[in-house]
Amino acid sequence: MDKFEKLTGIAAPLPLVNVDTDMIIPKQFLKTIKRSGLGVNLFDEMRYDDSGNEIPDFVLNKPQYRQAEILVAGDNFGCGSSREHAPWAIKDFGIRCVIAPSFAEIFYNNCFKNGILPIRLPQETVDLLMKDAEKGENARMTVDLEAQEVTTSDGEVVRFEIDPFRKHCLLEGLDDIALTLEQAPAIDTFESRMAQERPWV
Amino acid sequence: MSGKTLYDKIWDAHVVHEAEDGTTHLYIDRHLVHEVTSPQAFEGLRMAGRKVRAPEKTIAVPDHNVPTTGRRDKQIENEESRIQVEALDKNARDFGVHYYPVSDVRQGIVHIIGPEQGWTLPGMTIVCGDSHTATHGAFGALAHGIGTSEVEHVLATQTLIQSKSKNMKVEVTGKLSPGVTAKDIVLSIIGKTGTAGGTGYVIEYCGEAIEALSMEGRMTICNMAIEGGARAGLIAPDQTTFDYVQGRPHAPKGAQWEAAMAWWKTLYSDDDAHWDKVITLRGEDIAPTVTWGTSPEDTLPITAAVPAADTFEGGKVGAAQRSLDYMGLKPGTPLSEIEIDTVFIGSCTNGRIEDLRAAAEILKGRKIKVKRAMVVPGSGLVRAQAEEEGLAQIFQDAGFEWRLAGCSMCLAMNPDQLSPGERCAATSNRNFEGRQGRGGRTHLMSPAMAAAAAVTGRLTDVRELT
Repeated sequence: MDKFEKLTGIAAPLPLVNVDTDMIIPKQFLKTIKRSGLGVNLFDEMRYDDSGNEIPDFVLNKPQYRQAEILVAGDNFGCGSSREHAPWAIKDFGIRCVIAPSFAEIFYNNCFKNGILPIRLPQETVDLLMKDAEKGENARMTVDLEAQEVTTSDGEVVRFEIDPFRKHCLLEGLDDIALTLEQAPAIDTFESRMAQERPWV
Repeated sequence: MSGKTLYDKIWDAHVVHEAEDGTTHLYIDRHLVHEVTSPQAFEGLRMAGRKVRAPEKTIAVPDHNVPTTGRRDKQIENEESRIQVEALDKNARDFGVHYYPVSDVRQGIVHIIGPEQGWTLPGMTIVCGDSHTATHGAFGALAHGIGTSEVEHVLATQTLIQSKSKNMKVEVTGKLSPGVTAKDIVLSIIGKTGTAGGTGYVIEYCGEAIEALSMEGRMTICNMAIEGGARAGLIAPDQTTFDYVQGRPHAPKGAQWEAAMAWWKTLYSDDDAHWDKVITLRGEDIAPTVTWGTSPEDTLPITAAVPAADTFEGGKVGAAQRSLDYMGLKPGTPLSEIEIDTVFIGSCTNGRIEDLRAAAEILKGRKIKVKRAMVVPGSGLVRAQAEEEGLAQIFQDAGFEWRLAGCSMCLAMNPDQLSPGERCAATSNRNFEGRQGRGGRTHLMSPAMAAAAAVTGRLTDVRELT
């Protein structure tokens, strides 16, 4: 997995609540058997019209946000389906960090498996970052995972909380499966005990 | 020390290893797999030279993008869908997991066939790369959706790295009024808690109105726990649960049944268990309910009118306006005057036999007034049973299309889709923008309410037709 340490980049404002995973990547793009190539279809139905032309008003189509690496969004971001295609599409577009007041749980979890940092902050702090993001390409934000800080273009520093284990895995780019396989003896023991206690499973 | 909740008990019974910071490896008893969220996971195993650790606990079925018409067992026309289903065929064969191919009469929506085949049992941990895995919580199992990376993790290790959620109790007291169903209960709950109200929690549904529900109804409730933001929803197993499970192909038998029952009967929340949040609804207060907007929390009794955006607060004002624009609705319009083009009955929320019976009850001797209406049974066995009971004939006589099993128009990955502006009364679980097809407009409701809309051509209070 790709590491996430520190990122300085353009932040795109998306001040919508309940952005669901059907919006992030509509179902017609779930037919792929690969993880890559979904960035072009990120937010497809908001980003393109029926003929496939870009809708100029959509934030990621605006010249100043086409290279965005951070997304600032509304409450309950990523609700709905468990599709990991949502974080795959976000990452493939080039966004490595999403900031919102809250995230749906499966999406939040999926981000960490793909080297994306989701940051939860209180609504008023997100409002402040949203204003900063609205300044466009000259307003570069910095996200420092080690220090757990977001720095606005004006130099204002905001601290965020994150689970220490998730932080460690993201900083080191650790592969979950390899970590778990170190627990193989514990899994073996559990399975033998269960074969006695709950044989019907 | 306080007692334990049902969730606490199931959690404790599955801890393989707990680190100092509480990060836990939880053992997974059943892993359900479908064609859309698994190909990258199996590919990951191949690239790392790993095997499926417990193929006997892994059950695969194609459901999301299988067509519901024609000879799909011979040829799926859409190339990308065909490639995905063929990839699952191959992965199931190569890795030796249980498999129900399209040609098998038992094929159907993964969350319908798990319980139907007796794979889903009380006290289990169950995961699937699908958010509606919450359905299985109806059996007193801890069941939730996971992403593809976690699908690969479970395939390789039969465990999941988890941190524990908080406990929420949702109690529905008293009795339901005639015409009110499990779907109306769960829509009302989400209307009250919001789509993020359950974030960070596992919800236990309880109370007289919940206990009175059949297993089908309980599955409808737990299915939509995710729509309320919860990791999982569950209901304590009781005699209704045991009666449903007994005799299913993969349910325990003989001495093992007795041993299982002894443990299952301990699966309830202790009287002195600690709840982080409690919500109570009165069964008598729940009316037949529909959604008006593009979030499952946008629910109202059918007797209400379309709300104005400025009656909401905060970020929801803009969201409500966006919903009204997308749905093409004017504030103040009575919901019962909204005209419907299409009716969809099916999905893992409402594609079981009881759902089809409830809809057929309304449709008997009546004709549809909508442009099109379809029933998509949740499994091949539900379909066969409905045919045997004469329900299929009632649907067809009324003007419904009688389809083959699959997820179909719930998420419109297969050819069953809405056109832009087409308005649909649906028994599924999500009314998101574009969910049932780009520009499509979805109103969620119970099977009986969808049948009522089909015969009047508008959203209708089912109590007027009974």
